[in-house]
Amino acid sequence: MDALDLSRWQFGITTVYHFLFVPLTIGLSLLVAGLQTAWHRTGNPAYLRLTRFWGKLFLINFAMGVVTGIVQEFQFGMNWSEYSRFVGDIFGAPLAMEGLIAFFMESTFLGLWIFGWDRLKPRVHLATIWLASIGTAVSAYFILAANSWMQHPVGYRLNPTTGRAELTDIWAVLTNSTTLVTFPHVIFGAFVTAGAFMIGISVWQLARGRDVALFRTSARLAMVVSLVAAVGVAVSGHWQAQIMTEQQPMKMAAAEALWEDETSAGFSLFAVGDVENGRNHVNLQIPGGLSLLATNSLDGKVEGINDIQARYQALYGPGDYRPIVGLAYWSFRLMIGFGALAALLALAGLWFTRRGRFPRNPWFTRIALLGISLPFLANSLGWIFTEMGRQPWAVFGLMRTSAAVSPGADVLEVALTLVGFTLVYAVLAAIEVRLLIKYVRLGPEPETGTEPAEPLPALSY
Amino acid sequence: MELTTVWFVLIAVLWTGYFVLEGFDFGVGVLLPFVARDEAERRTVIASIGPVWDGNEVWLLVAGGATFAAFPEWYATLFSGFYLPLFLILLALIARGVALEYRSKSDHTRGWDRAFFWGSLVPAFLWGVAFANIVHGVPLDASHEYTGNLFTLLNPYALLGGAATLTLFTFHGAVFLALRTQGELRATATRLGRQAGLLTLLVGGVFLVLTQLDSGRPATWVTAGVAAAGILAALVATARGRDGWAFTANAVAIVAITATLFGNLWPDVMPALDPANSLNVTNAASTPYTLTVMTWVAAIFTPVVLLYQGWTYWVFRKRLTVGP
Repeated sequence: MDALDLSRWQFGITTVYHFLFVPLTIGLSLLVAGLQTAWHRTGNPAYLRLTRFWGKLFLINFAMGVVTGIVQEFQFGMNWSEYSRFVGDIFGAPLAMEGLIAFFMESTFLGLWIFGWDRLKPRVHLATIWLASIGTAVSAYFILAANSWMQHPVGYRLNPTTGRAELTDIWAVLTNSTTLVTFPHVIFGAFVTAGAFMIGISVWQLARGRDVALFRTSARLAMVVSLVAAVGVAVSGHWQAQIMTEQQPMKMAAAEALWEDETSAGFSLFAVGDVENGRNHVNLQIPGGLSLLATNSLDGKVEGINDIQARYQALYGPGDYRPIVGLAYWSFRLMIGFGALAALLALAGLWFTRRGRFPRNPWFTRIALLGISLPFLANSLGWIFTEMGRQPWAVFGLMRTSAAVSPGADVLEVALTLVGFTLVYAVLAAIEVRLLIKYVRLGPEPETGTEPAEPLPALSY
Repeated sequence: MELTTVWFVLIAVLWTGYFVLEGFDFGVGVLLPFVARDEAERRTVIASIGPVWDGNEVWLLVAGGATFAAFPEWYATLFSGFYLPLFLILLALIARGVALEYRSKSDHTRGWDRAFFWGSLVPAFLWGVAFANIVHGVPLDASHEYTGNLFTLLNPYALLGGAATLTLFTFHGAVFLALRTQGELRATATRLGRQAGLLTLLVGGVFLVLTQLDSGRPATWVTAGVAAAGILAALVATARGRDGWAFTANAVAIVAITATLFGNLWPDVMPALDPANSLNVTNAASTPYTLTVMTWVAAIFTPVVLLYQGWTYWVFRKRLTVGP
């Protein structure tokens, strides 16, 4: 392995790891804000206990998102200095906006929320969690605008003297069609993630038989949110696929193992490919499915890998413009599969808890607990698909990944930091999961009385 | 004023904010094992920065992001060049952030205290090393890539810079703790503050004089003088029990020190040992269009951020008492 491969592994590991915490932060912050609003409106202490129980789990997760996010901000410069020089004029802008507009907002108001229980008026205190939650979503918007520019560069020109990309239209970058479809996909995905987390833990608490009324409320809430969000994920994912067919046809073709241009292309369910010869040995398809999804027409034309490769060679010069087809194909399928299972779980949960019922089946408890992992798997595979599917490009059509790496990157140094981050992240994951389990087991705080004005201790320290 | 100048100043302001605010967070971390005798005191010490440390750290992220947006070449050269020190800083900040959030929730409080201590000490030292190197200049080639290695950065002058920021931030933390606590804890913080302040005056003074002899100009002799006067005033105020004045004076000193460093740097952002390869505000900058966009964003949102961060400090202005 050379410095390029190691740098790519490092970016993959640190980014997928960071994104384990991000969607849960986005989704759970809004659910907690919703629960606190319910308490504020009704004065029902059950909602306060739920707010504080889920709020604690939210904070344990949030801390990990924050500390792994620092690495994200700096690793472009560390391992990808050529990339940074090439795109800084454009890519740096949304990143700086994210910091100034979103990061300050989330961190400052979350600090106020954690410590402000007995210092702020209830209404002001409620506003702090909402502002923190909005901050997390705003942050997602800016970083997705930056990423979307790598998938589909807009609002720029290439400076012939310096060879660098230069910003010409910030609105084009911030309203990139790719951003507009990716943002809802990621946000809805975040709600499925928080939903599955809440379902799994609530169902486990119900099986334990303590605070059943409380956890029935949060289970039902999470199931409804999960299910609605899953529909949003599917719809926005469909838009994304249509835009991708147009903007990054190679990625779409790889996702479907579609080798030749086809009208009335089938949606592949299972394929065994032969990359060497550019064909499939086995391909089980829904006839016309891909054409319908990608072009809204059963006999729409979808481009195939071999044809695109030939076109790109003519356009960009000799080279291999195919991503790893097997990886794109399976990550795409598994992403959809795991997401669908998460939705199914929420649906089953709604059935098991209908009209005042509790799920008593121990199998359902086990499945709901395992189900927590489903959206995390789907999120990770989604990012692996969209980033690996763009290869060999770092910025589609403009800069290859091999040209983006820091020229001074030393194999030993990159290896050292790769191992260092991976080890530290592994240890932290173990600590975080143990801490989450500890606080799930502890359960909600006992009821503190019905007076909402009663001062409450800070949530931590 | 040219936009590149605006952004040079703005980035200096962001680093200043970071050093003034996270400076005392670092100091509190370094002092924790010395200032607190039991768990109740340790909890109070950590609670003193609890609501604000995360917001303070965002100043660093925004400084990084702003450098990326306004001076991409500076961002690329600095972070790829100072690779291993930055890696250590990142690991330290990770350990420290997790320690602050998890210590009270976990059963291994003492382990987290160690993580908090080292996670504060390492960046407090390494930021000084980094800035000493930036101001003095490092080996860069014609394409602005750093050509030295880790040991190039660990030269005696830079190590002195590290010692200077470490003592300065420790003093800042002590003054902050004295301001935010009362009773026994406050007395200990004041006593440690006096020692740390004298040390800062000595180490920081030598570092500033060397810096001025190396890269100083008339205007920064003035800021360096203000810095020394600020530390001295903070020491006097500490001795007299005027905690608010001590904190203000030391904050002024940190502002003045950062101004000295950036003032010496200008108009370079990353001087090379061979001046022909230096990065300056012109050849490192983004296009005027990007700078204009970012200027509008900064002009609108910076005051808003200052307002609500300021309000946070107002909300948590009461001195903390050591709980049971």
